Amino acid sequence: MRTGVSVAILAAVLAIGFVATVEGRRGFGLNAQEKASMEVKIDNFSFTPATLTVTTGTTMTWTNRDDIPHTVVSTDDTKTFKSKVLDTDEKFSFTFSKPGTFPYFCSIHPKMTGKVIVQ
Amino acid sequence: MPEKKQDQLLHDHNHDGIDRRGFLKCMAWAGTGAFCVMKGGVLNSYSLSRVSEINTPDMMGELSFVQISDSHMGFNKPANPDVAGTLKAAVDKINGLAAAPEFMLHTGDISHLSKPEEFDTVEQILKGAKPKDVFYVPGEHDVLNDDGKQFLERYGKGSKGAGWYSFEKKGVHFIGLVNVMNLKAGGLGTLGHDQLEWLEDDVKHLKKSTPIVVFAHIPLWSVYPEWGWGTEDSAQALGYLKKFGSVTVLNGHIHQTMQKVEGNVTFHTAASTAFPQPQPGKADSPGPMKVPAEQLRSVLGVTDVNYVQGQHALAVVDSTLA
Repeated sequence: MRTGVSVAILAAVLAIGFVATVEGRRGFGLNAQEKASMEVKIDNFSFTPATLTVTTGTTMTWTNRDDIPHTVVSTDDTKTFKSKVLDTDEKFSFTFSKPGTFPYFCSIHPKMTGKVIVQ
Repeated sequence: MPEKKQDQLLHDHNHDGIDRRGFLKCMAWAGTGAFCVMKGGVLNSYSLSRVSEINTPDMMGELSFVQISDSHMGFNKPANPDVAGTLKAAVDKINGLAAAPEFMLHTGDISHLSKPEEFDTVEQILKGAKPKDVFYVPGEHDVLNDDGKQFLERYGKGSKGAGWYSFEKKGVHFIGLVNVMNLKAGGLGTLGHDQLEWLEDDVKHLKKSTPIVVFAHIPLWSVYPEWGWGTEDSAQALGYLKKFGSVTVLNGHIHQTMQKVEGNVTFHTAASTAFPQPQPGKADSPGPMKVPAEQLRSVLGVTDVNYVQGQHALAVVDSTLA
């Protein structure tokens, strides 16, 4: 019974989180979990961590810490995200509003690859 | 100790603590390019830093030109905060050659971030060189954000596709290829179907005795695929050049000089005019340097593959910069 209540609450929280993402930040009382954010560092021609599993609604931010410009471009069928070229210390953010697996790479240095799994 | 004074910071016009003259002196690899001379249908390539060691008669031939590469105009990090200065140093060396080269090849990464002002600066500096014609191919840094539109507008006149073309000079057939477009995740440089088809057609009617010079940004041989230093479909391109007695391939991208001979094909990479990169496998990326792809050997029909590392190109401090 406890579990059932917990699942219901979780579902409600996720639903609110989803609506909040769609609606933007217009008056919804978002708690910390709903505004989840994750960081990926670009260092030495690699994405760290290379694979990340996140919850729907998470905002991911990539920061280029190399002396060389990089990009962050998804390679899924619909090309979900594509950054402009990021020079040193520049950032790119994207909020994942749908579950799925999103492989990506640096279109300048294609050996650099990474993956975001959104649950 | 009057000599030592030269190494002190005498001119700090920008008030940034960087003595550009001293700085240039320290950078052994600064201002490097390659002087190429075609002799009896075979191309010889010399680092511009070594030119003072070469006898003038050795520099004479049917045709000579200069290859420069990887100017990365706009780059301003500690490895080289003055890439304009080092490009100018390369131009000075070109202008100091006893045998004036007929033209220049720039094998890409003209700019660092594809900004118009970066291209403008390079063009302005290269205007100071004695050879007036410059033939360009793009590096991946020249086609950022716009799929190469700007590059084509500036340099693509008369070219095909993403900017590939060929031309003749004194009986030598030059082919400029583009292998920095539509790169695939996990892959290497790519020429693509359209360009390969064009290449096959371009060389079909040439005599076997025609010397061929191919230039492209990313190496057309597997220098170090782990770092992306190779081209996926170069084997097919080289296959079309099999019939020719003299083929020279000139590349940039890896910011260091390397040479390799395979049968009738000689591969050269030019140093950067901007900053050096580590030797394959000598930096954080793991793993030993691998022997070049089997694919390449099969195309050329040879089994013996040797790397010949440039002996001097990265090691000479050029007194003319001091």
